Amino acid sequence: MAKTAKIEVKEQGLIATMQGFCKTLLEKGGIDALLVAQHLPMKNVVMPTLVTDPTKLNGVDPLAPVFPINAAKVVSKLTRKPLAGKVAAVLRPCEIRAFIELVKLKQGSTEDVLLVGIDCLGAYSNVHYPRFAGQNGTEATLRFYQNIRAGKGTACQDFDLSPACKACEHPIPENADLLIGLVGVDINDQVLVQANSPAGEALLGAMGLMGTKEPPEGRKKAIATLVAERAAYRDQMYVETSEATADLEKLTAYLANCVNCYNCRVACPVCYCKECVFVTDVFDHEPSQYLRWAKRKGILKMPTDTVFYHITRLAHMSTACIGCGQCSNACPNNIPVMEIFRTIASYTQKAFDYEAGRSLEEEPPLSVFREKEFSELTGGKD
Amino acid sequence: MAEFEPTIIAFVCNWCTYTAADLAGTSRLSYPPNVRLIRMMCTGMVDPKYVIKALLEGADAVLISGCHPGDCHYINGNYKARRRVKLLKEILPRFGFDQSRLKLTWIGASEGVDFAATIRKTVDEVKALGPNQTRGKMVI
Repeated sequence: MAKTAKIEVKEQGLIATMQGFCKTLLEKGGIDALLVAQHLPMKNVVMPTLVTDPTKLNGVDPLAPVFPINAAKVVSKLTRKPLAGKVAAVLRPCEIRAFIELVKLKQGSTEDVLLVGIDCLGAYSNVHYPRFAGQNGTEATLRFYQNIRAGKGTACQDFDLSPACKACEHPIPENADLLIGLVGVDINDQVLVQANSPAGEALLGAMGLMGTKEPPEGRKKAIATLVAERAAYRDQMYVETSEATADLEKLTAYLANCVNCYNCRVACPVCYCKECVFVTDVFDHEPSQYLRWAKRKGILKMPTDTVFYHITRLAHMSTACIGCGQCSNACPNNIPVMEIFRTIASYTQKAFDYEAGRSLEEEPPLSVFREKEFSELTGGKD
Repeated sequence: MAEFEPTIIAFVCNWCTYTAADLAGTSRLSYPPNVRLIRMMCTGMVDPKYVIKALLEGADAVLISGCHPGDCHYINGNYKARRRVKLLKEILPRFGFDQSRLKLTWIGASEGVDFAATIRKTVDEVKALGPNQTRGKMVI
C-alpha cells in the first residue's frame, strides 16, 4: 500500500513549498543530482535543469504551466548508459509515460533514476505561456493555481491550455516512485506526498516525511471529475479529427501547411531513431526523378512526400504515442499534429491491447509477435 | 470506356511466394497481368512505408505474401509482417483507403495454383472496388 505524507504550505506559499521540497530531496534523498524545471535566471523561460548544488534551486518551479520540451528526452540522455550516480527527476505525468516508452525501446533505464511525478493541471503552449506569464514566472504559476482553485478556469485572453493537455486523461502520475498530489488537495494548506514504490518509501523516510495519513477526502472524486472532463474533450477531439481527415482530400487539406521541417519528429519524445529515414539519402532523390514525377500527373507539390512522412510516422510511432502534444507545440505552422496522432493512436494501441506509457512490462506491439494471432488478416489461414 | 484495369503491387518473399509465382509460370498457369511483383528476401522486411508509398503513388492495392506461419526461412519474419499489416489496416482506412486494398496471404513454394488463384481473386476484388483515390491526383 502506498505510504502518504503531507507537506504544509501555509504562509510560505506553494512555490516556496516546492522549492523546499526539492532542496530537502537533493540534500537528504541520497541522490547526486536533481532534474527539475526552473525559470532560467536570464529570461523567464522554464527549462529542465540538472542541479547538484542545493543553493542553485532558486528558480525551481515544476508547477509552471508550461513544458517547452518533454523532459523524458533528457532523462533518456541521462540514463541511456550507466550514470555512475543517482538522479531524481521531477516530471509531469506525460513525461514519465514517455520515459516508460523510451525505456522499453532501450533508450533509457530506470536503474539510476528516481521518478518524482506531480499532478498535472495542464500547460500552455510555448507561444502562449509568455503571454500568460509575463515577466514574473513564479507569480504567474501561483495565479494559475489560484484561478483553478477559485473555479475561474485556465482560459486567459484569447487562449487556453494546449489541446493536448485538455484532452489528457492522465493528470495523475503513474509509475512514479514519489507522487506530489495537488488534485483534490487544498493547496493553500498542504500538498500530498505519496510513495508508490519501495524506493519512494525510502526517499520519504530519508526526507523525514514519514506519515501514514490517508490522501485527503475528496481527492478520489476530484480526480474522477477531472479525468471525466478531459476524456469528454478527448472523445470530441477524436470525432472532429476523424471527420477532418476522413479521406485523402481532407487529409491533404489538414496537412497542407506542412513545410517538411520535421520539427514534430524532433520534439516527439518517443521518436527515438538517431537518424530518421526521411533525412537520409533515401529521400535525396535524383533531380530527374522529380521531373518524372511531375510529368506523371502534370504537377508535383514541392517539397514532396509530406503526407507520406506523416502517415509513415503514424505507422512507426503511434503505438508509442503518449499524447503530450509536443508535436503540435513544435509545429511552426499550427498543424494540429497531436490531434491526428492521438486519434490514430487510439485505434492502433487498442488493436494490440496496448496503452503507451502504462507499464514497463507490456511489450511494445511492433517488437513482439505471437504464433497464433490476427488470423482474420489471412482469411483464417494460419 | 475501357474496363478499369487496376495496378497491384505485390511484395513477395523470395523463398515461398516468389517461388510459387515461378512455379505458376513454369506450370503455364495464367493470371491477370495487373500485378507487379517485387521480390523481397522476406515479408519481414516489408517496411510499412513501402505500402504507404505504393498506395499514395496510385497503386490500387498492395499484396504482401510470404511463407506460411512456421515455414519462414528466417524463422519469424512473416509473424512480424502480420503485425505490421494489422497496424496498417488500423491506420489506412481512417484516411479513406478501403482496408481491402491491403492484403496479406501465405503462399508456399509448391502452391503455384494457389498463387494464380490469389492474383485472379485479388484483381476481381479490386476491380469491383474501383480505382484508388490517389490515382491521377496530386498528393502533397
